Amino acid sequence: MALRTRARKKKPKKTNRIGLSRSAYRGHPSTLCSGCGHDAITNQIIRAFYEIGVNPYSVAKMSGIGCSSKTPAYFMNASHGFNSVHGRMPSVATGTMLANRGLVCIGVSGDGDTASIGLGQFCHLLRRNVPMIYVIENNGVYGLTKGQFSATADDGATLKTGVVNELPAMDCCSLAIEMGCSYVARSFAGDPKQLVALLKGALSHSGTAMLDVISPCVTFNNHPGSTKSYSWAKEHEELLHQIDFIPGFEPIAAVDYPEGEAMDVEMYDGSVIRLRKVDMDYDPMNRREAVRMLHSSAAASELLTGLIYVNPVAKSFLDTLNLCDEPLVSLPHEKVKPGPEILEQVMKDLM
Amino acid sequence: MAVAQTQTIVPQRDGIQASVVNDLSIQVATVNGSGSQSSNNVLMRSIFQMGIPTSGKNLFPSNIAGLPTWFTIRASKRGYVGCKREVDILIAMNPQTAREDVETLDPGRVVLYEERLKLSGLRDDLIYYPVPFSKLAAEAVRIPRLRKLVANMAYVGSVAEFLGIEMEQVEVAIAKWFKTKQKAIDLNIRIAHMGAQYVRDHLPKRDPYRLERMDKTRGKIIIDGNSACALGAMFGGVTVVTWYPITPASSLGEALTDYLQQYRTDPETGKATFAVVQAEDELAALGMAIGAGWSGARSMTSTSGPGISLMSEFTGLAYFAEIPCVIFDVQRVGPSTGLPTRTAQGDILSLHSLSHGDTAHPVLLPGDMAECFEMSRQAFDLAERLQQPVFVGSDLDLGMNNWMCDPFEYPTEPPDRGKVLTAADLERAGEFARYRDLDGDGIPYRTLPGTEHPLASYFTRGSGHNDSAGYSERPEDYVQLMDRLKRKYDTARELVPQPVIDLRDEAVIGIIAYGSSDSAMEECRDQLLEEYGIEINYLRLRALPLSPALKDFVAVCRRVYVVEQNRDGQMADLIQLELGEAGTKIRKICHYTGLPLDARFVTEQVIAAERPS
Ligand SMILES: Cc1ncc(C[n+]2csc(CCOP(=O)(O)OP(=O)(O)O)c2C)c(N)n1
Ligand code: SF4
Ligand SMILES: [Mg+2]
Repeated sequence: MALRTRARKKKPKKTNRIGLSRSAYRGHPSTLCSGCGHDAITNQIIRAFYEIGVNPYSVAKMSGIGCSSKTPAYFMNASHGFNSVHGRMPSVATGTMLANRGLVCIGVSGDGDTASIGLGQFCHLLRRNVPMIYVIENNGVYGLTKGQFSATADDGATLKTGVVNELPAMDCCSLAIEMGCSYVARSFAGDPKQLVALLKGALSHSGTAMLDVISPCVTFNNHPGSTKSYSWAKEHEELLHQIDFIPGFEPIAAVDYPEGEAMDVEMYDGSVIRLRKVDMDYDPMNRREAVRMLHSSAAASELLTGLIYVNPVAKSFLDTLNLCDEPLVSLPHEKVKPGPEILEQVMKDLM
Repeated sequence: MAVAQTQTIVPQRDGIQASVVNDLSIQVATVNGSGSQSSNNVLMRSIFQMGIPTSGKNLFPSNIAGLPTWFTIRASKRGYVGCKREVDILIAMNPQTAREDVETLDPGRVVLYEERLKLSGLRDDLIYYPVPFSKLAAEAVRIPRLRKLVANMAYVGSVAEFLGIEMEQVEVAIAKWFKTKQKAIDLNIRIAHMGAQYVRDHLPKRDPYRLERMDKTRGKIIIDGNSACALGAMFGGVTVVTWYPITPASSLGEALTDYLQQYRTDPETGKATFAVVQAEDELAALGMAIGAGWSGARSMTSTSGPGISLMSEFTGLAYFAEIPCVIFDVQRVGPSTGLPTRTAQGDILSLHSLSHGDTAHPVLLPGDMAECFEMSRQAFDLAERLQQPVFVGSDLDLGMNNWMCDPFEYPTEPPDRGKVLTAADLERAGEFARYRDLDGDGIPYRTLPGTEHPLASYFTRGSGHNDSAGYSERPEDYVQLMDRLKRKYDTARELVPQPVIDLRDEAVIGIIAYGSSDSAMEECRDQLLEEYGIEINYLRLRALPLSPALKDFVAVCRRVYVVEQNRDGQMADLIQLELGEAGTKIRKICHYTGLPLDARFVTEQVIAAERPS
């Protein structure tokens, strides 16, 4: 029996520069609480990787343990992912990048995962400048273990249960600068436009790009008294600048900005991060100024967001180690197993 | 009936007595950091170069300078390489320990000592040779700092003169040690000759010990286990090495770094075909090795007991997520400050099942230098074949002491990179399930990140996954996973190095040993046979999981002694578990002084049990 069909004109699917549609960057459905800041960040990760046209097969998604660390399962199913152990993702990511420098590595962590149990590895990752994006989904609490305070909770913040945090907050951005991190940004899950630009900038960076993203936990830390809630963040956000990202593969639009109104940061791959002035002059390549800004904004209880510090020419760990250009995993066995004459020579020396 | 024959040597004033040739041990007691390493090495090499089987053991404190240290050199015409309990010649240079060192000697032994220590009044049943080493050094060298260093080379000359070590060999050994530093070579040779000359001029020989040229070391090498393991790793094609300094494992990482820099730097580009990272701690060291193993690199880390403890969580993750990597454990005594520079085999149970939940790991147990080399290489094959962490369980005695052995053979077999699917494989197969047991051996297939194929990716996590690597908390999925991992362990049983078994006619008693304990076993069996008429069957374990051959061995023995260097008989416990009812035949012989095992200790233990008086 013949079916009556009507030829419908298919709308051509929108694709990126490597011919993939956005769905190629999707992951499994999220199992996080609805409204969780982490999901909003996931969306921007998908968008950034899609819009830049990163080959998903070349991506390694890494994480530790926590609600935040579950999210690599919710983006880019076509990429290998590794949900490792609590606080230790930096080392696993480091090993991954040593083995295969051809990969694009993104790690997602939480504030507990990074600033408490994983503090040591976090610091050493930054010192080494391992090429990867490191996103902290910062909600001030341990979501997955049901809402205890984390080390980024502000002094005086309260839990729903009324418990007050009386310890000083750790500022991952100040710490990162101190540790020699070469791309330090802060953003907010409720500010997708800024976040996606910072993620794209991170993709163009040659070393560790650290993004501390305030990501409200709607279940345990979104109440009045919290300093990591949506409403608190919205009320207290102070933009350092407006950020545009111009990828290296696109021509840079010659826009004329009045003197001092915009600043271009050229990244190692030729991309440009354009920072437009909001209400002050700010040079993110000045490390001391960055630290001063962080301190003064913290004292004023502001949530300072934007590209806080960048050094686009910092030497990556792979260069420090003088690694060959070919990924170590692709070296043929002959290249990594010295010949019999070498063993003979070593043996002779021991006789 | 045979009786124990411990050599008793009666001192004789004027020479003539039965001489003891090529069967002696020299103990040099010095102060840590006084430069005795070069003189001890030269002394050992000189004997070795005379064709006499030699081994050297360094007993050193956990200290950089100032505390006492002892170096023991054994020359054995029968080729015994284990530790000899009795010291025959004491070279006493350290005022801190000289008295105690002298007190513990057996009668008739020799004390060659720094004259100023005035030791001859301590006992009258020893042979004393006072030499003014520091005076000799002062005559030869002006600079006081240098003087202290070269004083040690004077005792080499003196003891050479007494024992008949050829001075040409001393010279060759000095030249070898100081390599291109001609000034140092000349000075040390001069001092050694002064030590010898002094003896010739002032001290007639009154002891029976002699060294005479043999032909038992031709073509042999002297190496320490850590260097042997490092070489094994390099020829195994390791590419990512991570470590955190800890005695006695540091020299493995350091030797490997040296070898890699020398032999694995691309001559064309000057770039490294390896990455070595000194990590911030052992957690990170293993984390990096796991990340690299996951990505498809041959990765390793090396550590000792304290590091093994820290690696516990990550080891469990790699076990469940099935990620290859090699972990070297150069075992030492217990935690923290105290005896970190003493040897032990105390991590056996830890290695066997490190981490939480149900885990079981392959552990390779090299027993000599050749195996340190070979098993280190093989560990990478096994890790990739089995997709899990594989331990190489060495110890301080193997790792840091000097052993004589045959040169290593170049490994010719191609590497086993395990079940890795490429994009082309995936295209052909049309499907991929990361944790499915397609071959019935418990080992699934894996893909590497970066594989350009829509089927390639999977998500790696700990215990909660089904066979497609999907997140799952279903009881059936978990049970299936656990049972498959067990199947994989049984596969490993066949793949790991099998025990070496030596059965003797008439023997009803068996001994099982492993690792560095093997070094005492040949001598121990000879002692039991020659002194007590007891034949011994011997099984040398070379790996966990335990081989099926173990059961058959125990079956032919009436009693089996498991010899090991820990308090509780950790391997004996594992063996008993494995054997079930036959486990009642197992007896434990546990040596846990922190010193290397000596044959006499085992012999005495066996006799105490077999011939209770
Ligand atoms: C070694 C170890 N200790 C404790 C835990 C329990 N644990 C799981 S998640 C978590 C906290 C996660 O907090 P955070 O990183 O802030 O992530 P969030 O859930 O808030 O996104 C803890 C303590 C663990 N998994 N492992
Ligand atoms: S508990 Fe909090 S952090 Fe976790 S998923 Fe829910 S909202 Fe997000
Ligand atoms: Mg959190």
